[in-house]
Amino acid sequence: MAEAMKIRATLKGDVADIRVLVAHPMETGQRRDGAGNIVPIHFIQSMTVTHNGNVVYEGQWSQAVSRNPVFAVRVKGAKVGDKIVVNWTDNKNDKRTDEATVVAG
Amino acid sequence: MNPIRRTFMKFTGTVGALSTLGAVAVTGMLKTTQALAAPWNKAGFESKAVAEALKTLGASAAAESRDIVITAPDIAENGAVVPVEVTSRIPNTQSISIIAEKNPFPLAATADFANGAEPYAYVRIKMGQTSNVRAVIKADGKFFTAVKEVKITVGGCG
Repeated sequence: MAEAMKIRATLKGDVADIRVLVAHPMETGQRRDGAGNIVPIHFIQSMTVTHNGNVVYEGQWSQAVSRNPVFAVRVKGAKVGDKIVVNWTDNKNDKRTDEATVVAG
Repeated sequence: MNPIRRTFMKFTGTVGALSTLGAVAVTGMLKTTQALAAPWNKAGFESKAVAEALKTLGASAAAESRDIVITAPDIAENGAVVPVEVTSRIPNTQSISIIAEKNPFPLAATADFANGAEPYAYVRIKMGQTSNVRAVIKADGKFFTAVKEVKITVGGCG
């Protein structure tokens, strides 16, 4: 099971600024380990962000996204207390879902 | 009914000038809401050339636009972590894709928006060498693009 994401959702005006930090190696499949063996490709392929149950954002990534990815999403018409749920799936079909609540900025 | 969604639908309808365009846009959104997960763009992410990646997005004929703002460092010391932020001022922006032109697999990320998400993408990417970072925007079914050069001191693909 993958580590929990860190999700921070702060309200600025009526826009929720959602910042997500994901713990993931994001291996490119080009790197070699100490013994000279290729480290197998392992990266997050897709993620979804919902706001009060409505999908607001769908991301697709390649292995070019940095290790321990950080990404941001902005949602208009949000309020303090709104529920944000983020989930991701990687190329080995590992998944992780975490949620956060919008707080005043 | 969700008031935000209502406003959004109204907005899409107006821009589409009550034509089929509006209807198509609205249907598209509904689809996104109900059944997510457009399949991962395998052909695009595995393309080794920018032109090929653009083709998989349907963006081969994308027009240069000044309404796309790419914020990325002019010089990135560490190619392993290059923050890229893209904001679109083009009305009805549906998606933003980020391409690092000289990476072995140039297409790095695509974001699709719905239900009030702002046309804004921020992600940190790896870059093997100095190259243009290209943003591709889909708005009302049309494609727009802009580039910004990022100089890399130490490549991040090793």
